[in-house]
Amino acid sequence: MSRDKAITLHVNGRPETTVVPPHRTLLEALRGLGHVDVKCGCEKGDCGACAVLIDGKAAVSCLTLAHSATGREITTLQGLGSTESPHPLQQSFSDLGAAQCGFCTPGMIIAAESLLRSDPDPTEEQIRHALSGNLCRCTGYVKIFEAVQTAAAVMRNAGEAK
Amino acid sequence: MTVSDLDQTQPNLRFSQIGKPLTRTDSPGKATGRTPYAGDYVMPGMLHAKVLRADLASARLRRLDVSKARALPGVACVLTAADMPDRSIATDIPGQTGRARLKTDQQILVKERVRYFGEPLALIAAETPDIAEKARRLIEVELEPIPGVYDPEEALKPGAPVVQGTDNIVATHRIRKGDLEAGFAAADTIVEHTYVTPFQEHAFLEPEVGLAWIDENEVITIRVCTQVIEHFRAVADAVGVPHNKLRIMGALVGGGFGGKEDVTVETYLAILAQKTRRPVRLEFSREESFLGHGKRHPMKLKYRTGVTREGKITALDVQVVADAGAYVYLSPYVLLYCAVNAPGPYRVDNLNVFARAVATNNMFASAFRGFGGIQAAAAYEQQMDECANAIGMDRMEFRRRNYLQTGDAISTGFVPPSAIWTEKCADLAWKALGAPTPSAGPVRIGRGIGACQQSYGRLTFLHDTSEAWVGIEMDGTVTVRSGVTDIGAGQASALAQIAAEILGVTLPNVTVYNSDSQVTPLAGTTTASRALYMTGNAARVAAQGLRDRLAAVAADLLGADPSQIVMEFNRVSVADDPDRGMSIADLVKVCGTRGVHRSELAIFRAPFTDVLDPETGQGQAHPDYAYGAHAIECAVDTETGEVTILKSVAAHDVGQCINRAAVDGQIHGGTQNGLGYALSEEMLYREGRLVTPSFSEYLTPTSMDMPHVETIVLESRSGLGPFGSKGIGEPSMTPVAPAVANAIADAIGVRIFEMPITPERVWRALQEARKRAEPPAAGG
Repeated sequence: MSRDKAITLHVNGRPETTVVPPHRTLLEALRGLGHVDVKCGCEKGDCGACAVLIDGKAAVSCLTLAHSATGREITTLQGLGSTESPHPLQQSFSDLGAAQCGFCTPGMIIAAESLLRSDPDPTEEQIRHALSGNLCRCTGYVKIFEAVQTAAAVMRNAGEAK
Repeated sequence: MTVSDLDQTQPNLRFSQIGKPLTRTDSPGKATGRTPYAGDYVMPGMLHAKVLRADLASARLRRLDVSKARALPGVACVLTAADMPDRSIATDIPGQTGRARLKTDQQILVKERVRYFGEPLALIAAETPDIAEKARRLIEVELEPIPGVYDPEEALKPGAPVVQGTDNIVATHRIRKGDLEAGFAAADTIVEHTYVTPFQEHAFLEPEVGLAWIDENEVITIRVCTQVIEHFRAVADAVGVPHNKLRIMGALVGGGFGGKEDVTVETYLAILAQKTRRPVRLEFSREESFLGHGKRHPMKLKYRTGVTREGKITALDVQVVADAGAYVYLSPYVLLYCAVNAPGPYRVDNLNVFARAVATNNMFASAFRGFGGIQAAAAYEQQMDECANAIGMDRMEFRRRNYLQTGDAISTGFVPPSAIWTEKCADLAWKALGAPTPSAGPVRIGRGIGACQQSYGRLTFLHDTSEAWVGIEMDGTVTVRSGVTDIGAGQASALAQIAAEILGVTLPNVTVYNSDSQVTPLAGTTTASRALYMTGNAARVAAQGLRDRLAAVAADLLGADPSQIVMEFNRVSVADDPDRGMSIADLVKVCGTRGVHRSELAIFRAPFTDVLDPETGQGQAHPDYAYGAHAIECAVDTETGEVTILKSVAAHDVGQCINRAAVDGQIHGGTQNGLGYALSEEMLYREGRLVTPSFSEYLTPTSMDMPHVETIVLESRSGLGPFGSKGIGEPSMTPVAPAVANAIADAIGVRIFEMPITPERVWRALQEARKRAEPPAAGG
């Protein structure tokens, strides 16, 4: 007998229903639903490419079971903004060349967003720590740190302007 | 102007697009998650493939029973070597070249003998990944272990198990120059050391993946992440179809570094699509990626250098043994780069290099950023410090007395046509380290320098070519078509910038279509730091041809001489009368009404030479070389052996910056790869079995490990690339590891001759040094 079950995931503000077996990871379920901005780099929680926000906090979707994510708010990189209306992190990653091959970028921006939601003015050390679960092989992280700092400043200024 | 006139960086020339830190054309899509990668494509009715791999490194295949797997509902096919007895795949010389390949073709699936751990045994395609995985587990395999060899020096001994050929030697290169004996006789001191470099994994974030289908033209079409779409010929040969019936389309690649230079999933996909006539997707897991592509060659490099008290190198003898692993792949070429670069950017008149690549039952080794040159750099730069120490001379001063200068010949007797600015780069990088950090207690501070000579462009005997097509539309927008693959360094964006500069349009008005073996003009590989040099030049020539035609029409319309026509910021005007002009869009419309050809296809050809003299290694190996240096300050905790990089400065002559942000990015990334190579990245094999196949065991530098990297970018404008540019992809990495090794030795006064220089190795070296320093204990 199949143990597959229909579940509803709330992704980027919209409910989406999928039928998955109990062992299906959130990474597989999201990609199966077409959220291919969530990248698969290792399936072991080592690289962070698959990070998404779950209720506002970064989590590696490859180590999260899809069933356990029902009823929670899931945000992928595309849920933060778009090329027409980019999130400040997306803008700064693009402007400063913090994305090279771009494969780590979705997880990297999600981890940074998670940090900035809890601390809008982090030190470089805090940024390094927050991104330490996200591997990058192209950039040496240098421009990524700059991009996070730049976006944080933009977001703080926007907050003050309100 | 000759290169000898170029003794310093000139003020920036007038460009509207080139040299600016412009946002790369691929950046917004990547930053917002819109960019599709090869693994993001799916098709209706698509099958999912898996590969069954051998779990021994040296074995005979006794039995392979796939009947239960084939019987599983939902399995479309299971294939073994028995289903394709005559098939093999070429592993030699990727990409386009008419040159005959070496006879090193490899079995696609194991026929009788397993030569390395993870060698593929069977292919499975099924309706879902779960079914494919279940089928893989249902395959019954019986492997009989046979004696293997896991050390290249053991593999050279008579009676060793033979993995390749008759004696395991898969390549030998010699370089002989001057009079070695006389050189050593003239030396005051002879310094002899052996340096050991490790395997290295590319660790790109995107594992190998592809999707294959058969299109309406009966063409087997494969969308794949690759550096080389021109494997379509080898894959077509492997599956027995004409070359124009196999198409490889790339995608923006999630990192390459040489690890996607050889064929990975393509052959399996082509076979499965051909067999099932359905779309098939194959994605390697991370562990499979560790097993599924060639690594950097481990090498043992024995250096013997003669030096005078005055600090002159009089002779150098270098003996290299490289571990090629189980199959030949690009070993002959990697080894050649190592031999050519054995003396590095230093003048050595009396030279002998003898280098061999030897087959073992380890993972096969192939291309990796730096391609043999990096192993040589790891040795020659440490040896330079050892020589300076031996004669009691400051190591920068010793280097200054031996640097190659512009116009000097390298090891092969070839004089690079461009500037050699090593000395300037090294001095600037060293100076930029600033005031020394003081040592404190058990934490010792040290500094090191490394310089590099790294070719850009492929080996000249391959006669490399590259094509690009540039066209302009009626609204003034531009399309570039070129087969070049974009592996994350902004290769496509650079073409857009070059076309934009020459045609006078702004960057957002250029779209680049690249990486399609049937539709885009073939441009060769994205390897060997050649993409900008080769394809950049092809785009430049095409854009220039088109511009000349447009300018002639503009001159006619504006009543000026074509030489007076300026095209800039989407407008065409007369040089000394900017108001006399029109939009480029209006100009192109007029060209349309006059039937003027609004596109141009160009080919760029690298120099073509014969192979090097096999006995002396003299001749031309590469089109040209790039020079640069890296300086490091590190802290070594002598109680734990831990090394922390405090300062990192890179200085490179890039010829001409096309995009400063992209150049800095290459240098940052090259530094990261080099730091990992020097300090933490270790592939541990036990009898050929990889015991570190994950990112929790194989440690690439994280955000916590990376220092700030200062970049000093010099522009000699003497390179062979567009606008005088050189390559920077590989040179950025080459000098890093020896600079780290030299800094560690400087910090603790002990040299560790084997990389990676892990805390364990540092700690052991310090313990041994202490034991040597202490007098033997009395009594017993």
